[in-house]
Amino acid sequence: MKINKQSNVYTIIYIVVLVVVVGCALAVTSMSLRDRQQANIKADTMGQILKSVHITPEADVAAQFGKLIVGQPLVSASGEIVCPDGASDVNVAMQIKKPADERQLPVYVCQLPDGSKKYILPCYGSGLWGPIWGYVAFDADGETIYGAYFNHKGETPGLGAEIEKPAFSSQFDGKTVFPEGRFLPVDVMKSGQKPLDERQYVDAVSGGTITSKGVASMLDNCLSPYAAFLDNLRNTSK
Amino acid sequence: MAEKIKNSRVFLNPFSKDNPVIVQVLGICSVLAVTAKLAPAMVMGISVIAVLAFSNVIISLLRNTIPTNIRIIVQLVVVAGLVVMVSQLLAAYAYEVSVQLSVFIGLIITNCILMGRLEAFALGNKPWPSFLDGVGNGIGYAVILVIVAFFRELLGSGTLLGYQVVPDSFYELGYVNNGLMILPPMALIVVACIIWVHRSINKDLQEQ
Repeated sequence: MKINKQSNVYTIIYIVVLVVVVGCALAVTSMSLRDRQQANIKADTMGQILKSVHITPEADVAAQFGKLIVGQPLVSASGEIVCPDGASDVNVAMQIKKPADERQLPVYVCQLPDGSKKYILPCYGSGLWGPIWGYVAFDADGETIYGAYFNHKGETPGLGAEIEKPAFSSQFDGKTVFPEGRFLPVDVMKSGQKPLDERQYVDAVSGGTITSKGVASMLDNCLSPYAAFLDNLRNTSK
Repeated sequence: MAEKIKNSRVFLNPFSKDNPVIVQVLGICSVLAVTAKLAPAMVMGISVIAVLAFSNVIISLLRNTIPTNIRIIVQLVVVAGLVVMVSQLLAAYAYEVSVQLSVFIGLIITNCILMGRLEAFALGNKPWPSFLDGVGNGIGYAVILVIVAFFRELLGSGTLLGYQVVPDSFYELGYVNNGLMILPPMALIVVACIIWVHRSINKDLQEQ
């Protein structure tokens, strides 16, 4: 029997079979690789958190992370610890969509080898092409930034993507979020310009205006809910 | 014997006389996007070689069963499936690289070279020549990508593969990186320069 390859029935059966076969192949690939991919993502996140306190992730990042990160509490916008452990289970991307006082705010408490304690706060926002995120580490005094790390999903290489370079993130070191005693997150400004209030600022990435503005609004949106928590730290350390 | 000569030509032609980028001017979109730095350009080249070779073989194997009026859809399904698999594999086994390339791997689907080769070659040829054609065209594409990325990274950032190659003393003398080189339009101008050089050497390609 000769099959008519141009008939509608043949065409429909052909495409259905093809799509099912390709779909199954993709599903099998995705299922079999999922554990590995998620382990990679988890290890990568731990590495990024460590980079915010100027520590280079080692090959066994999970062990290094477990040794240095001594607490992962969740705090509320009023500064109280809601849950002593669970920061890594919170999806920051989902939290930023809620109003500030309803958010669960993860904090990573890091004890450096020299004994000093740092508080790492995660941030999430959007740049030009897609999401950007970062980790900002504060000294135990609750106001001075010890280090920062930023990354992005798909900003333009050489332009917006420069936010992931230490040349950009190291500008944050030593900046305070309580200038004049009031909570004001750090701003990102085009060089030569200054913010309208007393907030401290860093230079934007040239050619990456929208990404830089994204970093500024991300810091504003994600750090502001921590104001009470940081203020508590500041008062207890005094 | 005749078959052999044909196969070697199928494989070697795309390197110069029939180069997909500088002669057929296909796949220009990704040349603009991924050539600001050398490392992503290389991984992109390798990924395109892999996807092109396998999709050519698969389409060539299916070529006698595909209904003509949905052949483009069939090609797209095969290519998209392969591209997703490549990106999944990279995410599992070469996480760093997959982060670096992010959206560009997905963009292989829209690479005109792929559809061009599937339409023009794989639909009418046996699997082995199709495989050679895919690898040949993939290499022809990757070579141009690497040349463009080499000049753009060298002149735009003063680095190669992330290592600084322009000595600090140059910068002290007043040399500055050309920021324009990082912007996409300069990729077109670099490609145009390559086409110019290539046509000056191969006089028979010049149009009257």
